[in-house]
Amino acid sequence: MSSIPAVNDMVIRFANVNGTGSASANDLFAKAMFRMGLPVSPKNIFPSNIQGLPTWYEVRINERGYLGRRDGIDLLVGVNPQSYRKDIDSVRPGGYFVYDNTKRLHDEFIREDIHYIGIPMMRICMEHYQNPRHQQLFKNIVYVGALAALLDMEMEVIKDIVSQQFQKKEKLIPPNFQALELGYNYAQQHFDCPLDIRVERRDNTGDSILIDGNTATALGAIFGGATVAAWYPITPSTSVVKAFETYCKKLRVDPETGKKKYAIVQAEDELAAMGMVIGATWNGARAFTATSGPGVSLMSEFIGLAYFAEIPVVLVNVQRGGPSTGMPTRTQQSDILSSAYASHGDTKHPLLFPSTPAECFEMSATAFDLADRLQTPVIMMSDLDLGMNNHMSPPLAWDESRRYDLGKVLTAEDLEGMEKFGRYLDVDGDGICYRTVPGTHPTKGSFFTRGTSRDEYARYTEEGAVYERIVDRLVKKWNTAKDYVPLPELYQEGNQSAQGVLFFGTSTYSALEALDLLKERGISLDALRVKAFPFHSSIYQFIQDHEQIFVIEQNRDAQFRSLLINELEIPPHKLTSVLNYDGMPITADKIMQEISSHLPVAELVTTNNQGNSHDLR
Amino acid sequence: MTYVKPTFRHPKLARNTIGFAKADYEGAISTLCAGCGHDSISGAIIQACYEMAIEPHKLAKISGIGCSSKTPTYFLGNSHGFNSVHGRMPSVATGANLANKDLIYLGVSGDGDTASIGLGQFGHVLRRNLNMVYVVMNNGCYGLTKGQDSATADVGSISKAGSNNPFEPIDLVGLALELGATFVARSFSGDKTQLVPLIKAAMSHPGFALLDVLSPCVTFNNNAGSTKSYTYIREHLSATATMDFVPEEQEITVDYAEGKSTSVVMHDGSLVQLHKLSPHWDPTNRRSAMERVQQAKQDGEVLTGLLYLDPDSQELHDTLDTVDEPLNTLREDILIPSSEALDSINEAFR
Repeated sequence: MSSIPAVNDMVIRFANVNGTGSASANDLFAKAMFRMGLPVSPKNIFPSNIQGLPTWYEVRINERGYLGRRDGIDLLVGVNPQSYRKDIDSVRPGGYFVYDNTKRLHDEFIREDIHYIGIPMMRICMEHYQNPRHQQLFKNIVYVGALAALLDMEMEVIKDIVSQQFQKKEKLIPPNFQALELGYNYAQQHFDCPLDIRVERRDNTGDSILIDGNTATALGAIFGGATVAAWYPITPSTSVVKAFETYCKKLRVDPETGKKKYAIVQAEDELAAMGMVIGATWNGARAFTATSGPGVSLMSEFIGLAYFAEIPVVLVNVQRGGPSTGMPTRTQQSDILSSAYASHGDTKHPLLFPSTPAECFEMSATAFDLADRLQTPVIMMSDLDLGMNNHMSPPLAWDESRRYDLGKVLTAEDLEGMEKFGRYLDVDGDGICYRTVPGTHPTKGSFFTRGTSRDEYARYTEEGAVYERIVDRLVKKWNTAKDYVPLPELYQEGNQSAQGVLFFGTSTYSALEALDLLKERGISLDALRVKAFPFHSSIYQFIQDHEQIFVIEQNRDAQFRSLLINELEIPPHKLTSVLNYDGMPITADKIMQEISSHLPVAELVTTNNQGNSHDLR
Repeated sequence: MTYVKPTFRHPKLARNTIGFAKADYEGAISTLCAGCGHDSISGAIIQACYEMAIEPHKLAKISGIGCSSKTPTYFLGNSHGFNSVHGRMPSVATGANLANKDLIYLGVSGDGDTASIGLGQFGHVLRRNLNMVYVVMNNGCYGLTKGQDSATADVGSISKAGSNNPFEPIDLVGLALELGATFVARSFSGDKTQLVPLIKAAMSHPGFALLDVLSPCVTFNNNAGSTKSYTYIREHLSATATMDFVPEEQEITVDYAEGKSTSVVMHDGSLVQLHKLSPHWDPTNRRSAMERVQQAKQDGEVLTGLLYLDPDSQELHDTLDTVDEPLNTLREDILIPSSEALDSINEAFR
C-alpha cells in the first residue's frame, strides 16, 4: 500500500448526518489545530436541509499557510452510512477511512489501497452514557478524541477549548472530557499512533483569528455606523444580520435605559428590505441589507431608483450557486454582471470584492462611506465560502482616528446662507451633488425625490436635453468613483512576465498558491487582485502591459472577463478564462493545470492533486 | 412642463400659531384632471396641516406610483417628498421612520398601489403598526393607464368602456381591521368637513392610521353604473358619526346629549369627539367595528367616518425599543465601539 507521510499538510474530511450535533465537534477539531499554531481552512459542505441528509466538513491543515481548498482526502471520518460509497471513494490511495465499527463494515466498502480504522463510537457511547441524546452527541466527541491520538494532536489544547465553550454550563465539561478520553484511549490501544500523517505544534498563525466572513461583515457594519438593518432570510447571507443583531445587543444598547441604538426589521421580502434601506438612508441614517443572488433580482427595481434618485445604499451580496434557486448551499461568483448592472435602463453600481474576513470587516465599513460619498448603491460581493466558513484571517482592525465620510449633506446653517438649493446641481464639477435630509430647515432645502426624470432643481421634466444632462452627469460621477474605491493589489514590483494573472474575492487563496506552485516549476507570473468596480486605471494598465491575462473566476460564463472587456474595451482574445463553477471553491491545482495548458512548457507534474475530485452527490 | 406658484404672500394673510399662512402648505399646481377627487384630498391635507400648525419640515410625504402618488407634489411644498416605486411606499416609509422617529410620515397611495401591487407591503406595514398616516385615494380604477378596473372596484361596477367587473373587491378598511390596524377610517373626497378632522386625528395617532378616501375619477370612473362615481357615493353615504378633533391644548367647550357622543383620548392628550349616529357601535371595539363594516356592506351603504381607534396603540419604535433620539442623529462617538471592545472580539476568535 502506498504511503504519503506528511506532517502539518493534510486534508481531513468528516462525513456526517445533518442535524446530529457534528458541527460543533468538527469546529472543535479545526480550532484545536489552529491553536496548535497551524493554519487551517475548514469548510462546511452542507445540504439545503435541517435534518437527515448527508453533510460534510473539510479541514485543510497546511503549515505554509495555503488556505484554498485542495482535492484529495488524506483522512475521512465517516459516520454516515448513507454516503459511505462516495466517502470511501474520495480517500486518496494510502489514506485513511475512520468509521464507526459498532456494526461491521460490509465487504463492498473495502478498498485494498486505503487504511481502515474502526472505532466503535456508538458502542462506547452506549456503554458510558445513559441519555439517548448524549449517546448521539458524544459519538462526535469520541471521534475527535480518537483523531487526537491518530494525528498526535495536543489533548490539553482540545480540553481548553471545551472548557471555554462550556464556561456557563460547567456540568457538561466532565462528560465531554470523558468522551475525548474514551476515543483517545481506544485509538491508542488499537492502532499504531500516530499515523504517518500527523501534526506538530508550530507558530504559524501569529495574531490571526478564525472567523467567518459574515460575522466580520456584520461587525464592519457596526463600526461603519449602520443603525438600520432591513433584511429577508436567505442562505448564505442570513448570518450577516444575525451577527449584526448579536453584536448590537452587546455594543449598541444604552447602559442606563436599556434602549437600542439600532433598529432591525425582518422584512416581508427582499423588495421591502431594500425599500426600507432606501427610506432610512434618504432620511439620513446609515442602513444596509444582506442577501444573495435571488434577493438582488428582487431588489433590482429599487436599486435602479436609488441609482437614479441618488440615494446611498449598502447591499451585501453573499453569492451562492445560481441561476434561479440554483445550488443554494454551494459557492459561486456568479452575480458579477447582475449586480454590476442591476436594474432596468442605464445603470451601474460600485462593487467591492473582499477576499478575507478582515477585508469583509474593512470593506463593509468602507461601503457606508462610499455610498454616502457617491450617493448611490454600493454592493459588497462576498460569497458562501467566504461568508459561512471560518477563515484564518488577520485580526479585525480599526483606526481610532477614522471618521465617517457622510458625503455632501447640507446642514441648516449651510442652507441658511444659500440663495437657491438645487438637489441635482453639480456645484463642484465631480458629478456629485449636495443633498439635504428631511427635517433640516423649516423653509429651505426641501425637494421632491423621484424615480422619474427631473431637472437640476428636482423638478419633473420630460425634456430630452435635460434628461441627457442628468444621466451624463451620472457618468461623470461614475468616473469620479474610480478614484474613491479600493485600489487593486499588485503582487510584484513592476512587470516581470509576459503573462499576468487577474483574480478577485475567494479565488485569491488558491490563485496565490497556484502562483507559488508554478514558481516552484520555474514559471513566474505577474498577478493582480481586483478589489473594486469601477475599475481603476491601474487595472487597465496591468492588462495593457501583458500579452496575455488569465482571469480566474467562479462562474460558467466568465462574467468578470465580460465586465473587463465591456468597461475597459479590452480585446477579448487577450483575456483567457480560468473557470470553476461546480459549487465548490476553486483549487490551486485546477488553476495551475488550466494556466499551464496555455503556456508553452512541458506538461507539469503535480504533487498537489492527491485524489479523486470532490464529487459529492 | 413644470408648474410653479408665486411665493408672494399678502402681509395681512391669516397665519397659524407658528406664523405660517395656509398658502405655505400648498405645493405646485396640480396636473390632475379638473374635478379629480384627489385634488380635494390634497386641499384637506393642506387645511389639516395648517390648522394643526405643523412645521413643514417636520413632515415627510411619501408615495408610490399612480395619479394618487403624484399628489404630494401638489401640497406641502416646504416638506421633503419621496415618490418611490409602485406599491412599495410602505417600505420606504418604514425605513424613513426608523431613521427619524420625530417626523410625521404622510403616506399617499391609491387603490392600485395599495390593493394590487402593494397589497403585501400594505399588510405588513400595518401589522408592524408603523407610526404613519396612510391615505388611500380610492377611485376603483387605474387612471394613468386609462381606466382599467382596480382591485377595489365593486362586483358589477361598470367601467367607462362598458365592461362589468366580475371580481370581488378588496375592502381596505375590512382588511385593515382584520390585520390589526390601530386606526381605521373611511371618508369621501367630497366631504371636507369629515375629512379634515380625520386627517388631524390620524396625524395625532401613535401608530398606523389608515384613511381610505373614496375619490371619484372624473375621467374614467364617473359614469352611470360605476359604484365609485360622485353620484353613486353621494346617494349611498352613511356616516358612523360626525366628528371633532380637539388638540390637547384646547378646552372642550361643546356639550353633547348623553348617550349620543363619545370621546376617545389619544396618546398625546388630544381628544376625538364622536357624535354617534348608531347607538350600537363602539369606536374602540374592533369586533363592533368589524360588524358595523360588514353590516354596511350588506346594506349597500358607503360607510364613512372613524371606524376604529385603539387608544393603547404601541408603534414600531415602542416594539423595537429604540432610543429616544432619532437614529439619524447618532454619530461616531456613539456608534463606534471602543478599541478594547474590538480587542475582546478578536480574542474570542483565537
